[in-house]
Formats: sequence, C-alpha cells, structure tokens
Amino acid sequence: MMQPTTKADPTPGGLWTPDKPLIQLTDVHKSFGAFEVLRGISFDVMKGEVVCIIGPSGSGKSTLIRCINALVPIDAGSIQVEGQEVHDPKLDKLALRRKVGMVFQQYNLFPHRTALQNVMMAPVHVLRQDRDEVEQRAHALLKKVRLSGKENAYPGELSGGQQQRVAIARALAMRPDVMLFDEVTAALDPETVKEVLITIRELVEEGMTCMLVTHEMGFAREIADQVYFTDRGVIVEHGAPDEFFSAPKDERTQAFLSQIL
Amino acid sequence: MTERPSVPFAVLHPYRRPEPRPFRLRLRLIHGVGIAGAVALIGGAAFAQGGTSTRSAFEVILQWSPLLLSGFLFNITISVLAMLLGTIAGIALGLVLIGHNPVTRWTGWVFTQFFRNSPWLVLLFFAMFLIPYEFRVAGTTIPFPDWIKAVIGFSLPVMANVAELVRGAVRSLPSGQWEAAESLAFSRRQTLWMIILPQCVKRMLPPWMNLYSLVTMATVQASIVGVTEMLTLTSQVHAAEGGRPDLLAPLYGFAMLCFFLYCYPIERFTLYLERRFKV
Ligand SMILES: Nc1ncnc2c1ncn2[C@@H]1O[C@H](COP(=O)(O)OP(=O)(O)OP(=O)(O)O)[C@@H](O)[C@H]1O
Ligand SMILES: [Mg+2]
Repeated sequence: MMQPTTKADPTPGGLWTPDKPLIQLTDVHKSFGAFEVLRGISFDVMKGEVVCIIGPSGSGKSTLIRCINALVPIDAGSIQVEGQEVHDPKLDKLALRRKVGMVFQQYNLFPHRTALQNVMMAPVHVLRQDRDEVEQRAHALLKKVRLSGKENAYPGELSGGQQQRVAIARALAMRPDVMLFDEVTAALDPETVKEVLITIRELVEEGMTCMLVTHEMGFAREIADQVYFTDRGVIVEHGAPDEFFSAPKDERTQAFLSQIL
Repeated sequence: MTERPSVPFAVLHPYRRPEPRPFRLRLRLIHGVGIAGAVALIGGAAFAQGGTSTRSAFEVILQWSPLLLSGFLFNITISVLAMLLGTIAGIALGLVLIGHNPVTRWTGWVFTQFFRNSPWLVLLFFAMFLIPYEFRVAGTTIPFPDWIKAVIGFSLPVMANVAELVRGAVRSLPSGQWEAAESLAFSRRQTLWMIILPQCVKRMLPPWMNLYSLVTMATVQASIVGVTEMLTLTSQVHAAEGGRPDLLAPLYGFAMLCFFLYCYPIERFTLYLERRFKV
C-alpha cells in the first residue's frame, strides 16, 4: 500500500517546479444532485501565497476547499496540486494528502486519543515514520501552537481554541506543502479566536502556503495576498486585500462587505 | 405601564454533568435473605402439605443442588460461547453493513433483518435439525453434539443484533471523524480500526451486555430441543422425586433464583455504564 515517496509522480506537464502554481484550478464544476454548487472556478495559488476565500453562506466555499484534497470528487474541470491531477481516478490519494493539510471548523480531533497521540497518529501509522522521532516532532509542534503541558489532555478536556490548535499541529505533523483552513474560527468565542489566528499568522510568516475560508475580514486583510469573493458557485471578484476591501467593484461584493463589516 | 423586574442579571451556569456514582451492586444482603426466605416459605408450605413421610422441598433442593447447579453452569457456558461466536460474526456482518459494496451491503441487510426478526426458538430448531451431528474433514470426524448446535443456534440472533449495534454506533459518529481521518491519508481500514470502532465500543457496551442477559435467559429454551441444561435437569429431578406437585414451584423457583442472581448484577452494571457514558 505504501508508495516509495522518493519517486515523484510523472505528470503530463513534466515535473512540477516551485515557479509553477502550487494549486491550479481550471473551470471546476461540482453538483450535488441537480444543484450545481461550483459553476466553473479557476484560480492559481503560488508557493508561499496566502489566499482568503470569502462569500455568503452556501456559496460553495467549503465544497471548493474540500475538492482540493479530494474529500469531494469534482464533476468537470481540473485541479492540480504540485502538478498532480486531483480529478483523476488513478490519483494516489496518499501522495496528495501528505502534501495538503486540512483544518476543519469543528476541529474533528479524535476524542479517544490524547493531544499528543492525535498529532502522532498519522505520521506513525500512515507514513510509518519512526515513533520516537515523530514524538519529538509532535512535542515541538505542540510547543509551537503554545500547548506545551497539554500533551496528555484528551480533546474533551481542552477549550475550543486549544482543540483547534491541536488540529493545526496534527495537520502540520504530516509536513504539508499547503494548508487548507475551512472557517477554523467560526465555532470559537471571540476570546479564543485570537489565539488561533496568531498561530495561523505565525505559519504564514514562516512561508507556509495557505488557503483560508474565513469570515474574519480584518484578519484576511492583514495576511492575505489575494482575496476571492465567491457567490453561488462562481468567483465574483478577486484582488489584493487593500484594493478589494477599500474599493470593491462588483455590486454583490459591495453588498456582502457592507453587511458584514 | 408595567415595570421590569429589577434583577440585573440572570446568570446561566454551564451545565456540568454530575459525576456518576461509583458502581455499587444494589442487591443488598436483605434482598438475598428475602428471596431465600420466599423459597424456604414455599418449601415450608410444601413440607406442611406433604406431612412427615416425605422430605421437605428444601431438603430435596439441597440434595440435588450440585446437579442442578452444574446444569446452570452449562447454561452459562452455552450463553458465553454463543455470545462470543455471535459477537465475532456480528462485528464482521456489521462491517459488511457499513461497507461500500452495495451488493454485499444489501445481502448483509437481508441477513441481519432475517435473524433479528425470527423467534429465537425457531432459529434453535433450525440449528438443531439442519446442522449434522458430525463433520468429516480430511478423514477426521468432528462430532457436533446438541449443545454445540445450541450454541450456534443462539449465536445467530446475537450475530444479527451485534451487527445492528455496530452499524448504529458507526452511523452515530459525526462524519467529521471520517473526514479528518481521510484528510490525514488514513486508509478506510485504518480509519475503521483505529478511529471509528474504538469510539463505538463505549456506545455498544451497554446494549451488548443487555443482549447477553437476554441470551442467558434464553438458553433454557435449549431444553426444548433436548439439551441437558438446567431446566431439563430440574424436570428430571422432579420426576425422580416421584413427580410430587408440591415440589414443582420450589424446584423451578430455584432455577429462577439462579438466573436472577446471575442476570441482575449484569443488569445493574449495564445501567451504571449507560449513566456513565450518556452525555
Ligand atoms: N454532501 C452534500 N450533499 C448535498 N448537498 C451539499 C453537500 N455538501 C454541501 N451541499 C450543499 O452545497 C451548498 C454549498 O455548501 P458549502 O458547504 O460548500 O457552502 P459554504 O460556502 O461553505 O457555506 P457556509 O459558509 O455556510 O459554510 C449548500 O447549499 C449545501 O447545502
Ligand atoms: Mg462552509
């Protein structure tokens, strides 16, 4: 089952190099039954870039972000992650998912395992890395998200913000090249939102490529390189955060921003 | 004009689940004395009826109790083995029920519903008469005595019920658990065994123990198909004592008492677990 990881996937476009988009979406379509959630989405994310996706509820933001690590299959179009086609029946999901880390709104920690075990599980059992080495790394990651001392706590004993930071550490333990965040602060109270955002900002400062779905407009403005506004399955408008927030061009963007700010 | 009440705040404290009390078997000595007393009373009444020439029910039970209790032990053996076999088969069937293959899933569903909704006694009869009394495998003969057939017969409804428990428990877990595991590249098999099923054990334990109690009590039905378990022995003892009608109630009362003393603690422990695990 395990793939030798040194052999890179040969792709039609040749080997991926960091000057090409790390994530490339081309005309992505997705329907649930008769309801078309994504109606032709295209964009690129370069290495080290931070992209924020905003938009009204039900506009397909979560669906979009889930397509990128193949949690949701798409109907048409193309998604490439480091040159590897995600919309491909022969996709090596293990190879894709170790490149793409994901953090969910509801944390989704494994409640029967401690914080440390949550972080260690995937590297040990999926990547079959050396347990001692992984444990050291897990301690370091928990320290990085400011949770030293909580290693042996179960998720049920942690606050929402702490759980979410464990979830971030858990995703980072796979050493991903890109992190996807789906409204990771939406379930938190305002006090704990900050601690999670600080953690994300530190990641960004280290050069991690990030895609965030968020309702934290201030945060998006601060850290994003590009902001995308989606509505009813299409990208209505995008741009650098300063111009996007101060001078939105499309009516729908204006209406959305005036509502939320 | 109505004036608003001047209470400035209503403080809503977060609900804290009270610590569950530690498990204590609430069958105190007094209960045991009461039950023993009731048996003695019936025995005593029988003694009064029978006059002096016949032995009291108490003496009869005392004399035959080693045999009767060995029969009871047999009941327990059958129930434990049936539970073991049924649970293993049930987990396997449960995994089929939550599997991706629609054909096996549908077949498994029919299977489950059939065995869940058949009277246990009917299944027992089927096991008795459809399973041969011996198997020949590569020259060696493996005998299949009646009691093993009874074990198989009882394990069928156990299997179906356990399968349904597994299916229900897996379904009741939030889908986020599957998604998180998937996003961390766990295979489906790893997800099941390392993440999903360990969380299901807690939910399944109380109903599983309930099922065990039911199986234990159902094992007396094996007497109908000729397995020499406690009830069979009880009726044989009754016959050996000349079939005195006054012995009927004490003898069967003794059997009842044995089952009660065995199943009641299980029942209490199940309730305790339910209280502990319920959120
Ligand atoms: N598995 C599914 N099956 C059917 N419909 C779905 C499924 N997942 C999402 N949808 C529908 O697709 C639409 C877009 O959902 P999505 O979760 O992507 O929106 P969103 O932009 O993330 O919204 P929110 O801000 O509320 O999280 C919704 O109308 C939703 O009901
Ligand atoms: Mg969403």
